[in-house]
Amino acid sequence: MTAPDETLEQILNLAANHFKVPREKLTPDEDFFKTLGIDSLQALDLLTRLEHHFRVELPDYELQGVSDFRTLANRIQTRL
Amino acid sequence: MLNLDPYSCLGAALRDALDRWPNEICLIEADRDREKTRLTYSDFKEVALSLARALEDADFKAGDRAAIIMTNQSKWLMSAYAVFYRGGVLVPLDYKLTAAEHLQLLQHSQARFLIIEYHLWRAITQAPEFKNHMLKKVLVTEAPLRADLAGAYRWEEFRRKGDPSFVMRERQDTACIVYSSGTGGRPKGCVLTHENYLEQCKALTAWYPFWPGVRYLSILPTNHAIDFMVGFIGPFVCGACVVHLRTLRPEFVRDAFMRYKITYVSLVPMILKNLERGLRAKFEELSGGTRFLLQRMIALNKSLTRRRPKVGLSRKLLPQVHAGFGGELRAMFTGGAFMEPTTLQFFYDLGIPVANGYGLTEAGTSLTLNDLKPFRADTVGKPLPGVELRVLSPDADGIGEVAVRGKTVMSHYLDDPELTAQTIVNGWLITGDLGRFDGDGHLQLFGRKKNMIVTEGGKNIYPEDIETAFEGLPVKEYCIFAANYLWPAKTLGREMLILLLRLEQNQEFSEGLKEEIVTRNRRLPDFKRVGGFLIFSNDFPRTASMKIKRDALAEEVRKKLDRAAVVEL
Repeated sequence: MTAPDETLEQILNLAANHFKVPREKLTPDEDFFKTLGIDSLQALDLLTRLEHHFRVELPDYELQGVSDFRTLANRIQTRL
Repeated sequence: MLNLDPYSCLGAALRDALDRWPNEICLIEADRDREKTRLTYSDFKEVALSLARALEDADFKAGDRAAIIMTNQSKWLMSAYAVFYRGGVLVPLDYKLTAAEHLQLLQHSQARFLIIEYHLWRAITQAPEFKNHMLKKVLVTEAPLRADLAGAYRWEEFRRKGDPSFVMRERQDTACIVYSSGTGGRPKGCVLTHENYLEQCKALTAWYPFWPGVRYLSILPTNHAIDFMVGFIGPFVCGACVVHLRTLRPEFVRDAFMRYKITYVSLVPMILKNLERGLRAKFEELSGGTRFLLQRMIALNKSLTRRRPKVGLSRKLLPQVHAGFGGELRAMFTGGAFMEPTTLQFFYDLGIPVANGYGLTEAGTSLTLNDLKPFRADTVGKPLPGVELRVLSPDADGIGEVAVRGKTVMSHYLDDPELTAQTIVNGWLITGDLGRFDGDGHLQLFGRKKNMIVTEGGKNIYPEDIETAFEGLPVKEYCIFAANYLWPAKTLGREMLILLLRLEQNQEFSEGLKEEIVTRNRRLPDFKRVGGFLIFSNDFPRTASMKIKRDALAEEVRKKLDRAAVVEL
């Protein structure tokens, strides 16, 4: 099982890669909709990528109300 | 399709539809790429009637209110039919609201029955307000085997054998109570009658008919007026099929078009733009020669379909594009929020008409729609049959507030005669939207007179509903406005909410305060957040009961500040 910090770090790396932004631009607690300038569908796209990476399946509603990487990592961590 | 004229209620029309096309597929439900359910009208009837019988045995009577809080799925429609069969009133609630908001609207609507998905029910039972609920019976779908249901019943087991008795309703009886806003402030429960829905269905299917074999992809929430009509009532009274997806992931939505050979779909601008982005990216990846050829074919299609769409021809000219949408797509519908004309034109030029429309919950699904004769990207179409529209007090450019009269206009706001009287004047519903008719009878919208925004995701957001999120903010007073309401723009788009702040005497705006605003803002769902703030130097005008006089305050702000003063968050 991946440690929580490691999960978060991997998510940040994958998000930076997915949206082609420098990794240092992303922080765990900032609003990723704002930082990345994305809409909720693009966030769902990222979720699909994260699911493939972590080999978990999250229903769409798990992302409802989530707008920072730390909460997202927690949601994923509970399924690992 | 069924001739709806002789029917007095939705239950009767749906009942006859189920009998008329017993072997046609009415519902397909898929979770990602896995098909979960495929039901004929006969299958649907069997499940729904055993539920109706169980409701009857639970003393569910004519006029009783039953709320549904579910994502789009087959059980939504089966439950709704069972409620109508028993003469009940449906209260479809937005599943994206918070548990506290759900409880508030359940309370306001006085729904005593609730049908809800397990994860949403779990959230409701954990809310502090849960202890005050007035629910009599709750049916929970898809609950895990050992889940604690807090007194609720499993939807899948809530069945009784034997024929339920059908309860007929009159055309003027209430069919649904649909909330257009009001979770934080004054609930606006639109009371819509059976006649409203029957007439709306008749008007819409006259322009965009359904028939057995048609497949409608249901993506917008079914609690929303559009999907309730074109993703349930419309297809069912025509023997067509509704396809539900349990996810909105763009890749599975794209896949569903091909897998299920979709005929129609309704989309919010955000999804349409996502599809456009995907297509443009694919076009960019083509080699120079292929791309040149594609552009030539698009140009040819454009010139040959200038007067009206020719779906067959477009499919031949641009086979790969159409194959990507399943090859059977006839039109996509959009409305509610601002849609960029360039996006609409992009799809039309590919031979996929996007019928842009305009409507509001208070007046049914749609008031105007593009009839594609010819396609117009710059308007929201013409009034549907039976809909009377007027532009009130037009200015020199012909722009004024849009008012509507017709059989699709709601009866009233639930328990709010004052608001009803302000909204429906001499039989005309005052929409709060600014528009103008052009020479061809098309309506063009130019912004809003009312203090609200519509997001790209199609959500109506009223400032009053989110002000509680900033309660206790260390300032003298605050208020939220839609930017376009403060500074009327004769255009749609660029919609945002603004937090207006009045600081205490000698209080300086600090980084700490900004941090507090940002934190509170982020507790709101992303589509409800304020986009910026504004510091105002005067006390807010208030009524004798200390309520903010919003109109007067807006007027003062307008005089003192312009939009450039807004600090974006």
